[in-house]
Amino acid sequence: MKTLIFRTIAPTLTAIMVVFSIFVLLRGHNEPGGGFIGGLIAASAIAIYGIAVGVREVRKALVVDPISLAGFGVFIAGFSGLLSLGQSVPYLTGLWGYISIGATKITISTPMIFDIGVYFAVVGTISAVALALEEGDVDK
Amino acid sequence: MESQYETELDLELPQAMLERTTSAAEWNLILPVVIALMAGALLAMVRHSRGSQVGFSVLAVLAIIVVEVDLFFQVLETGPVAMTMGNWLPPFGISFIADTMSVSFALAASFVTLIVLIYFQAEIVPREVRHGFYPLVLLLLAGVTGAFLTGDLFNLYVWFEVMLIASFGLLIIGGRKMQLDAAIKYGFLNFLATTFFLVGLGYMYGLTGTLNMADIALVVGHADPAPMTAVAALFLLAFGMKAAAFPVNAWLPASYHTPDAAVSALFGGLLTKVGVYALLRIMIALMPASRELFDPLLTGIAVLTLILAPMGAIAQTNLRRAIGFFVIGGIGAVFAGMAVANVLGIAGAVFYAFHSMLTMTAFYLVAGLVERVTQATDTRQMGGVYAADSLISILFIILVVAAAGLPPFLGFWPKMLIVEATISQSDWILMSAVLINSLLTSIAGSRLWAHIFWRPGREGANSEVPNDHLRQLNSTEKRMALSAVCVLVGVIVMLGLLPNLLFNAANFAAMDLLSPQNYITSTGLELGSNLMGGTQ
Repeated sequence: MKTLIFRTIAPTLTAIMVVFSIFVLLRGHNEPGGGFIGGLIAASAIAIYGIAVGVREVRKALVVDPISLAGFGVFIAGFSGLLSLGQSVPYLTGLWGYISIGATKITISTPMIFDIGVYFAVVGTISAVALALEEGDVDK
Repeated sequence: MESQYETELDLELPQAMLERTTSAAEWNLILPVVIALMAGALLAMVRHSRGSQVGFSVLAVLAIIVVEVDLFFQVLETGPVAMTMGNWLPPFGISFIADTMSVSFALAASFVTLIVLIYFQAEIVPREVRHGFYPLVLLLLAGVTGAFLTGDLFNLYVWFEVMLIASFGLLIIGGRKMQLDAAIKYGFLNFLATTFFLVGLGYMYGLTGTLNMADIALVVGHADPAPMTAVAALFLLAFGMKAAAFPVNAWLPASYHTPDAAVSALFGGLLTKVGVYALLRIMIALMPASRELFDPLLTGIAVLTLILAPMGAIAQTNLRRAIGFFVIGGIGAVFAGMAVANVLGIAGAVFYAFHSMLTMTAFYLVAGLVERVTQATDTRQMGGVYAADSLISILFIILVVAAAGLPPFLGFWPKMLIVEATISQSDWILMSAVLINSLLTSIAGSRLWAHIFWRPGREGANSEVPNDHLRQLNSTEKRMALSAVCVLVGVIVMLGLLPNLLFNAANFAAMDLLSPQNYITSTGLELGSNLMGGTQ
């Protein structure tokens, strides 16, 4: 798109949206948010960037193919369930670990890893669709 | 004040987490799905690489087969095995439950997937690999296996969707116009079926308050029977469409012949059988009262499907379309077993579906070889293949006989069980329909055989002149495709000659379906009680 204002603002907007999507992803365990909605926000960031600078630039900036991102997401979501294999509990049982840094206690858990997988799966799938639509010609 | 509050809480909250520990052997239940899903995801990441995609997918499917064989013998030994995800207590957690029927279907599914992967090496198209052939095959397997092993109706819906999405991808992967046309018909009708399923699910949850299959089997007797019949009707329509039973079968012959032979083989072997599986599970194990009500309807569907499908096959000139009608005819046999619904009939239905998975896959694969040799898809353009490659003609006639259900091949045993069941109920119409189906199927099959193999030339004035459009299979086709088909047909012949294991398994499966006590207790739910009753 040739609008000067849009092209100037789009990279900043994209960066803010991606950071916000990660924030939404991480707060999702106990509050509104999570991997799915975070992934949608990140995918719309990618779509906006694509409208502003063209699909070719976006593909260069993403480095990997969006479908590969989606595959990676499904893989680590599946993997998060396998972590309970050695614990005599069923597949996908939530396991929790705590790390204390000073006064702050950070929680690491398998549901979080699962959610990150969902995030990547959604980002990959939706941006693959969005980029293909913006390209117009699917099969070059 | 506070302590009183706590005691109240203790009384209000039922136990929600499982107390017992899970043994490593129980993981056999979830591993086939997890391996297929994760391997599919990894392959999607590397789908552009030319290298080891084949090797990796074959390894993954082999691992799945090993796990499922272990699970199969575990189930035969100890009865149904269950695992509820996330350590939640059923019916809150999503259960996976394997009984003899589900695990033997899952095993057959992964075995034919392995054969198809090897066969595909002979017709490999780089463009299709780049578009993700291997990840889609593994996702299809994940969807099918998940549908067979899950013990939760909503989860079954999810696996149906996984399967549907992967099959869309595989159907259009060649990008030919005919395939897009087929995908529209296939997609529209299957989405419609899935929607009926989802509507039925909503009613089911409203009426029983649970979607866990074991729990439904417990509480279904207490639900209002009139609306439950409506739910059962929705399920019958939805899964009847998926299984391609007679009035709603139009999508199958319209779509299965358009993709590559390997893909049609995968579809013909797996997809309709998932619909059959869901029908058997829901109609027989979960809602037996509604099934009794539908008895005349099921008999009608069975008779019409059994007789009309092979007639469709006789009328077809396109080879793979004709085979599509054979697939539908087999669904009629399963419906016949379901209409009788005693141990013999259900055992026959389960056995027949298992046989159909192997035989129909082999049929499509052999059809692919025939198309390669004759370079045509229409039987009128074929002819003289017997002289060019007699091995293919032998494979083809074995499969015709197996599909028609003549002894001593695999299809004979389940049909014998079904006929025995109809005789025990003095249901002569159904019995004659099954027998007429065998007759018509052998007529259709031998007609195809005569046209493709026996007639020296192509149809028309020069039919006695040897066909000059034939070519020999090249060495890759012989090494990969022909040998893969030979292995599959060899397994079909062996199982037909030594059917004892399958007879036993079908019997177990039928008894577990007809009296699902073991299926229910395997999840940890107790007979005669449920969580809503508060007797935990």
